Amino acid sequence: MSERLRIGFIPLADAAALIVAVDKGFCAAEGLDVELVREISWANVRDKFNIGLFDAAHLLAPMAVASSLGIGHIKVPVISGFGLGVNGNAITVSPDLQAAIAAMAEGDVADPLVSARALARVVAERKALGLEPLIFGMTFPFSSHNYDLRFWMATGGVDPDEDVRLVVLPPPYMVESLANKHLDGFCVGAPWNSVAIDLGIGHILHFACELFQRAAEKMLAVRASWAEGHPDTLARLIRAHDRAAQFIEHEPNRDEVCSILTAPGRIEVTPELIRRTLDGRLKVSPDGRIRETDRYLLVGREAAARPDPVQGAWNYAQMVRWGQAPLSAELLAAAKAVFRPDLYDAAVGTPPILPIAPADGIGECTGTHFDPDDIAGYLSALSIRR
Amino acid sequence: MDPLLKIVIVDENPVRAGILTEGLREAGMTQITYLAATTNLLARIYEIDPDVILIDLENPSRDMLEQMFQVSRIVKRPIAMFVDQSDTASIQASVDAGVSAYIVDGLKKERMKHILDLCISRFNAFAHLETELHRARSALDDRKVIDRAKGILMKAKGLTEEQAYVLLRTAAMNEKKKIAEIAQSVVTASEMLK
Repeated sequence: MSERLRIGFIPLADAAALIVAVDKGFCAAEGLDVELVREISWANVRDKFNIGLFDAAHLLAPMAVASSLGIGHIKVPVISGFGLGVNGNAITVSPDLQAAIAAMAEGDVADPLVSARALARVVAERKALGLEPLIFGMTFPFSSHNYDLRFWMATGGVDPDEDVRLVVLPPPYMVESLANKHLDGFCVGAPWNSVAIDLGIGHILHFACELFQRAAEKMLAVRASWAEGHPDTLARLIRAHDRAAQFIEHEPNRDEVCSILTAPGRIEVTPELIRRTLDGRLKVSPDGRIRETDRYLLVGREAAARPDPVQGAWNYAQMVRWGQAPLSAELLAAAKAVFRPDLYDAAVGTPPILPIAPADGIGECTGTHFDPDDIAGYLSALSIRR
Repeated sequence: MDPLLKIVIVDENPVRAGILTEGLREAGMTQITYLAATTNLLARIYEIDPDVILIDLENPSRDMLEQMFQVSRIVKRPIAMFVDQSDTASIQASVDAGVSAYIVDGLKKERMKHILDLCISRFNAFAHLETELHRARSALDDRKVIDRAKGILMKAKGLTEEQAYVLLRTAAMNEKKKIAEIAQSVVTASEMLK
């Protein structure tokens, strides 16, 4: 008899491994009868997962860390033996802001260091003219999108809490808010950036992978207590998702993968939008200009699925930087412990070949080396922090 | 309960919000504000400055509220969410029922427990109403299909309405099925034989 599991997810491209694992039968092959439940907000996924209505969940990596540390909400220790995606976000701005940044840029605006400094000049000019601060949308206080925007802005000297306004919006509302000028820009996962480009109301300024070479995006999370009681089920779950991730990355399967992902009850956008993300070939402006990268979203390549404790430390460092969490050795250890490569290795059998670059596992565009054992040292080098 | 407690209800479903409001009023609460639309939600909430926010779980604005609590924490206006970290049973019951409560810190836990219990029972009452409505609707659908099947049988076999009904009922008993199911198969068969 197969085991029944309920998994909550948000309709985004990085739910790919979850959806393919179920709809392509990889879960069933492991004796798992998984019901995927589509949710409307991250708070919903977290709450239903935390109290046990879901056995596992599609969680933002920082959310898994926050839940384990008990910051922002009730403390529920979470672990993950499988990463659903590395990278995958983009920063999109309105045509007006794009033009303003381009006009202020000294150098290639495709370089995040250049664009961030240009943003600082735009912000200063607006302040001098007495205009309202720019408003940027992101998806959750504990999200990569929040940290992506903050990191990028601070790199150019913009204080994200003082100089601009950051607001939370559910991903499907971002595009609408940019269109009606409630936002000047946003950071969100696929396919929402591409939706804005196709509507002609935005420009993709940066892929998140241009800010960091590797940033854990979403995790297949389970409660630590559940994992203890269900070690075999968890191993099977990891295996099924690893097969799904490999299937997604195998290029000849792309058409099939895109049609599975966009089916009713799943992501429900055109297959072409998802395809751009998986191929890393994205239209970045309404005039049809394309920017390519082989690392827009890593699902099963470059050991992306294998959880890396460095990512736990890095996410925790962002929380400390922005005043969401105090700095302590215990909290750092707890943040790292969310990411469990040992569970991945045990379930999959043969550990993947780990990428050699970036050397520190993150690869920040500013060239800062991240040391997971010295958060204080890392933060002391940054001028804008809380 | 303290009748001066300021409560905000955020729900896109006016019927459910009505049931909740009524329950809170019966419990003696006077300061209840109902926000149906989510536009400008944060500004409205800041303006009202409530002690408790009750929000429908499926409302996408929940993520926005969470940010508000983060910001508030920074401006030294501490806010706790749900009842208490240790009170997982209340949280589970509230999430199960489809309600989420956000509570300003400093509010007495016992007091909040009372409000939350009331919300849960009201939300469950609403769910019950919905099930009833669904049942009533499907009963109506059943009656329609039975009427159609009776009409078909009356015409095809020259029966009275009473006889047609007896025929359907006998078939249902023999087949151990519901009359509506037999009626549906009569309707389907007659469509196919047209």
